Amino acid sequence: MNYEAVIGLEVHVQLKTQSKLFCGCATEFGAEPNTRVCPICLGYPGVLPVMNAEAVRKTILSGLMIGCKITRFSKWDRKNYFYPDMPKNYQISQYDLPLCLGGAVQIPGKKLGVTRIHLEEDVAKSFHFDTTSGVDFNRAGTPLMEIVSEPDMRSSEDAFAYLTALKEILITGGVSDCDMEKGQLRCDCNVSVRSVGQAKFGEKVEIKNMNSISGVKRALEYEIPRQIAALGRGEKVFQETRRWDDEAGKTSVMRTKEYAHDYRYFPEPDLMPVTVSDALLAEIQQLLPELPEAKRQRFVQQYGLPEYDAGVLVANAALAIFFEKAAGKNPKAVANWMMGVSDITATPIQPVQIGELVAVIDAGQISGKQGKDVFAEMLAAGKSPATIIKEKGLAQVSDTRAIEGFCDQAIAGNPKSVADFKAGNKAALNALVGQVMKLSKGKANPQLVSAILARKL
Amino acid sequence: MSLHTLTISELRAKLQHGEVSARQLTQALLDRIQTVDGKLKAYLWLNPDDALRQADATDLTKPLGGIPIAIKDVLNVTGQPCTCASKILQGHTSVYDATAIRKLREAGAILLGRTNMDEFAMGSSTENSSWGVTRNPWDLERIPGGSSGGSAAAVAGHEAIAALGSDTGGSIRQPAALTSCVGLKPTYGLVSRYGLVAFASSLDQIGPFTKTVEDAALLLGVIAGHDSLDSTSVPAPVPDYLEKLRAGVKGLRIGLPKEYFIAGTDREVEAAVRAAIRQLESLGAEVVEISLPHTDYAVAVYYLIATAEASANLARFDGVRYGARVRGADVLETYSKTRGAGFGPEVKRRIILGTYALSAGYYDAYYLRAQKVRTLIRRDFEQAFQKCDVIVTPTSPTPAFKIGEKANDPLQMYLSDIFTISVNLAGNCGLSLPCGFTSQPKLPIGLQLIGKAFDEPTLLRVAHAYEQSTSWHKERPAL
Repeated sequence: MNYEAVIGLEVHVQLKTQSKLFCGCATEFGAEPNTRVCPICLGYPGVLPVMNAEAVRKTILSGLMIGCKITRFSKWDRKNYFYPDMPKNYQISQYDLPLCLGGAVQIPGKKLGVTRIHLEEDVAKSFHFDTTSGVDFNRAGTPLMEIVSEPDMRSSEDAFAYLTALKEILITGGVSDCDMEKGQLRCDCNVSVRSVGQAKFGEKVEIKNMNSISGVKRALEYEIPRQIAALGRGEKVFQETRRWDDEAGKTSVMRTKEYAHDYRYFPEPDLMPVTVSDALLAEIQQLLPELPEAKRQRFVQQYGLPEYDAGVLVANAALAIFFEKAAGKNPKAVANWMMGVSDITATPIQPVQIGELVAVIDAGQISGKQGKDVFAEMLAAGKSPATIIKEKGLAQVSDTRAIEGFCDQAIAGNPKSVADFKAGNKAALNALVGQVMKLSKGKANPQLVSAILARKL
Repeated sequence: MSLHTLTISELRAKLQHGEVSARQLTQALLDRIQTVDGKLKAYLWLNPDDALRQADATDLTKPLGGIPIAIKDVLNVTGQPCTCASKILQGHTSVYDATAIRKLREAGAILLGRTNMDEFAMGSSTENSSWGVTRNPWDLERIPGGSSGGSAAAVAGHEAIAALGSDTGGSIRQPAALTSCVGLKPTYGLVSRYGLVAFASSLDQIGPFTKTVEDAALLLGVIAGHDSLDSTSVPAPVPDYLEKLRAGVKGLRIGLPKEYFIAGTDREVEAAVRAAIRQLESLGAEVVEISLPHTDYAVAVYYLIATAEASANLARFDGVRYGARVRGADVLETYSKTRGAGFGPEVKRRIILGTYALSAGYYDAYYLRAQKVRTLIRRDFEQAFQKCDVIVTPTSPTPAFKIGEKANDPLQMYLSDIFTISVNLAGNCGLSLPCGFTSQPKLPIGLQLIGKAFDEPTLLRVAHAYEQSTSWHKERPAL
């Protein structure tokens, strides 16, 4: 029997705001444990939450970027469960009226649906020592956006592409830095398998604890065959939560369905509902950036770049900005130079200097080969191409009179080559050009040399 | 003349004219507490040295400069214990000031000490305190009402010039009625809840206990107003509550809800309330009958919504970050041992009830239904207030009962809040003031006035007119 996987992803994204979602504490990563805390994010008796409007704006911007419908009357709910990383033992989240509904993420060849985006507070971080545990509440209360996808993915490649595209979009919008190592982007997978052609979903397994986008891919590459093999043996797949062990490359059971929580959601009485006015929506619409997919297409059309080059440049927002500043009259050449190093924005080279380099080569002032030396010097010293060319005396001789002199010398000194050329051996001209280049110490413009030699012969 | 028997407005005059110093006044109250609190047990915690230091530092030109005020043990005062009369917060010291407390400090008040209450404000008698029972100054065998019983007893027993309490279903008005003082529950959203340990977030309000209506107006003026730390506090300017206090009741319409004169109301209580209505009429008010048809559902709705919210609000008391901790073998056992030992039976009962009401499969039938009926109750009031300016009812169906009398009958206890609960559900303001005494024994009777949302000025005006035309508020318990 042929099986297919059905995959949905729940992505948690920490928003890039100055302060936490419900108090004024800073949201910085890597501070000493429990130094970015106050009575509010520690859940002390009597404290109340106050909503961070910037977090709501960033969530709405995220929704607009992936084509969601923005909920004009949204609200907060309490999600109840006991855990030491949860200061109040309830999390302020959004249950039935999330800020964003619907939407889709474009990956090569298809669109993958997004069910909803809601905003909630992040929990603290637990540390387990030999005999005790500790909790660092610095992270508690950080604005956390949960993006729930439709079960539209059918392979680990789909999931990989979805996460890559989503990450690009969120970075482009300035919503989050999406650094998975810092926990700014976290992902849980829901995956089931079914016979191809079957409409009903199979039993769903949730996988947690993936620390990178490629980790998600590897987890699915393990889990999908595991489920298919189980069905193939006539066994059942059970609805459960499994933990991905990246080192072992395996998933294992974390908890079964019987231990599923009843979160007892109810409306948060300490916060007013969120009403999104026309004015606010219009204001956020102004902030909508050009999305990566649109930018790729534009780079192909506007600059005549190959798809591959456009993809490489757009994948890094800084690279794309650099490129647009440098593009000039020969964007393809600019792209080539840029892609010759791993990240040109990390070098001392300014966009305008790449433009200059391409221009001097195109104008025949230096040869392409000389260009490489100039580029190496630009990387090393951060000087402009003009300065380097001047310092090294690289400027090509395009002075026809000087070149004509060299040509005459070469013709006089190489009768055999002249004879060969005249006998129809076109390649013989190259030998003469080489002689002229030698006489000019490499500074003569080769195209000019060829033209003059051909005329003279 | 004893300083401790005077009102805020009387004392302000004396303090400002230099007839008495803030230190003398504070010392007079500390002496009074020394004399009577052994009998009343209104206070849980006092720091005489700190109180006197505050007195020395106060600015007498401020609205409450030098006035000693008692604080219910549910409000955070930096550096003072805040236990909510619960073992689970034994040893906990506040690390910040509640907004109402900050405003009291800024107004020059002396924060005298912390008063007893039902654990986490759950109760109507103060018997649910983990630290012992507070007694009614009018009869030491009886309860002072609750949950703010300590604050009520402190004011009625002249151990404080005024006090702050909190009211979720009647916890200020009912004890005020049972001890013969003035108790005001402001409109939801008028006073910031920041720093008030939450029982039921959508119902809780902080309010004053005072000896007179004028004092209530004064104290309300200090603690009311928008607070950026409480998203449910209303961004509107605070009116001058004293401005129209003496405008009288002529032309005002007093609504009598026909559903509120019910079987089970004490005969003498009903008689006193009816006499008060006649008195208001004689002062020029017009009495109209109104209907609040969903009254019968109020107690049930209240005990679903309040307990549901409480089940989440009290989840933070887990022994992890503060308060008492009873260690277990693992986290789960530590939770259950800590909460098992820390919470008293009434608090556990309500957490279980609220958890149940929110559970999958029951939410729609209980919590959601209760919220819908709450909307109907709110509409009842909106409609009633199209016909009248203020509603009059008894505050409590009975006078103070004996200690232990209802302790084992939670349902009977819940019914003692039957007249006050609807006001919290609707969000309106309500006030209780003395309107008489029963004969044998002599126990206080309270009159409840209910006002439109944010119409405290009219509420206080009616209360003041009635108070000034009677002498009930001048009677003092023989202690």
